[in-house]
Amino acid sequence: MGNLFKIAIRNLRRYKRRTLLTASLVTLGVVFVLIFVSVTGSFKSMMIGQMTDSMLGHLQVHRKGYLASIDNLPLNLNLKMQAYKKLEGILNQQPEVEAFSPRIKFGGMFSTFVETTNIRLNGVYPDRELKTVPLLPSRVTNGTNKTLEKGEIWIPELMSKSMKVNIGDTVVIIATNKDGSVNGKQFKVSGVLESATGPGGRDGYIHIEDAMEVLRMEEMEVSEVAIRIKDFSHLHSFKDRLGGLLSGELNKQGMPIYEVHTWETLSPFYNIARMIDMMAFFIKLMLVAIVLVSIMNVMIMAVYERVREIGTIAAIGTLPGKILSMFVVEGFSLGLLGVIAGNVLGMIIITIVNLSKITFSFGRQTGLILSAKVVPVDMLVISLIVIVISVIASLQPALKASRMEPIKALRHV
Amino acid sequence: MGLVEAENITKIYSVVATKVSKDYMAGEIAIRALNEVSFEIEPASFVSFVGPSGSGKTTLLNLIGCLDKPTDGKLMVAGTDVLHLDRKQSASFRGNNIGFIFQDFNLIPVLTVYENIEYPLLMVQNIPGGERKKRILTMLEAVGMIDQKDKYPDQISGGQKQRVAIARALVTNPKLVLADEPTANLDHKTAFLVLESMKKMRNEFQTTFIFSTHDQKIVGEAEIIYSLEDGQLIGKQAKGGKKNG
Repeated sequence: MGNLFKIAIRNLRRYKRRTLLTASLVTLGVVFVLIFVSVTGSFKSMMIGQMTDSMLGHLQVHRKGYLASIDNLPLNLNLKMQAYKKLEGILNQQPEVEAFSPRIKFGGMFSTFVETTNIRLNGVYPDRELKTVPLLPSRVTNGTNKTLEKGEIWIPELMSKSMKVNIGDTVVIIATNKDGSVNGKQFKVSGVLESATGPGGRDGYIHIEDAMEVLRMEEMEVSEVAIRIKDFSHLHSFKDRLGGLLSGELNKQGMPIYEVHTWETLSPFYNIARMIDMMAFFIKLMLVAIVLVSIMNVMIMAVYERVREIGTIAAIGTLPGKILSMFVVEGFSLGLLGVIAGNVLGMIIITIVNLSKITFSFGRQTGLILSAKVVPVDMLVISLIVIVISVIASLQPALKASRMEPIKALRHV
Repeated sequence: MGLVEAENITKIYSVVATKVSKDYMAGEIAIRALNEVSFEIEPASFVSFVGPSGSGKTTLLNLIGCLDKPTDGKLMVAGTDVLHLDRKQSASFRGNNIGFIFQDFNLIPVLTVYENIEYPLLMVQNIPGGERKKRILTMLEAVGMIDQKDKYPDQISGGQKQRVAIARALVTNPKLVLADEPTANLDHKTAFLVLESMKKMRNEFQTTFIFSTHDQKIVGEAEIIYSLEDGQLIGKQAKGGKKNG
């Protein structure tokens, strides 16, 4: 095998300029794909992280049918205490679960005594919520930034600005409960929440007991339970398992009580993430095309230029399989050269991008730092794609070489 | 019956051709390049096929070298009926039994003199390292190219290239060496030196040498001369005795 590589590398060195041009093309392809995949991958991970860790949680469990009406925040589709307790018991037994947080979500009126507007609110246990969505405090741009006490409210930044509400101000929340009874309660603003892209990105937060009081709940009813798992990569397997566990819980009509959703069904960003994945796929396809065309072109030329040599080695007894291997190894070596150079150059450029601290905006979020992170698996996949395609691209010319009749090849001028 | 005959023949002859014919198609017209050619060549002979261009010399060498197959007739090379060998078997047979010397030397340009001679041992016969080196150095010494072993083909003269080609052809210990116009691209002085090298190698390694030429000055160096004309064998001339040892 070593001899095949020696001959392949000597042959590549024989046509230095052509080898360099082709290897450069492969290198550029690898660099572009590596940068694109690392930048978009990091952007995607960051955005998913922002959404799951500051708002949604990794998964949510609702009462069956809640999600279809989620925009209305229906109070009549909350999980009753008994159902919640059952769910709590199941979740407490799952080793994959890091934390979970029950929420009461409702819509209400927000009044500053001067102006009134509508608001979407989350009633939460602050300690449990912060364990489930640990980035939530980082969105509190003003205020205590630590925890939410009873009688306090965190309001969205937009509302704070438009209604000129500051930390320490007193506001009133008025809401209608599921029976149609209206109630109100005074709150002290203790935090202003930076907007985030996605559902719930402009919601306010109050203590769950305050929510119960406003909604005149005698017994807690939960709109949703947000769950954080220890290993995000096991999200789907855990969702399937939890879904399986909960599917056995039926109501009096024999229908399932719960529905389980991952962040993907809860956030429209999932479609953007899918688009990013699609774009990455097409970029990889372009890389495949670049490698395929350039290497095949070089190898076809190599076979054409070396017909007499092929005839000679065939005449002196080289088996067709070995002739095939010679050209495949040559294409492989060319691809490998491009991969090594591409990975090195790509890493250098990504390091420069990271050191430059380029900022960008996404939705209402500004000043996000572009942090390109190379995932070793991506690097491996890109390298493998190039190498495999290099071999495939060499196969046709190599087959042609191996099938040449030595007598015809020797006559070639 | 046939097998017994074949076994007896292989003990005596390097090549036995019986009514060998070869047709080529030129468009829809069949052209007979060789017409019922029959001959026998003994081991360790130094044989030349002579004749004008188009007489069928190269066609005959290609058939003996298993690079092509006869249309009719029977051809035994080194005791093997080569008519029924498939592509892979032919390659293997060539690698183990036949050495080739080409008119244009056909050295591999990316390999040094040493590596060119090493090529068939390494890539065809898979000879182990120590044995390989010993054989290559013996050959380099025999053709007087030991000092040039690290040079590439484009760094040596035509005569030197042909000596390297001779060494490459002989390093595998073939039963016969085929040389198609081996001196055509060399000046007379170099051509005689190359032929001397070939004879020396024949004497040293007891290998059958078969070459084709139309150069009358070179023809005289052969011990047995077969004359070809229009695809037919028109004469055989034996000159002096075969040297042994």
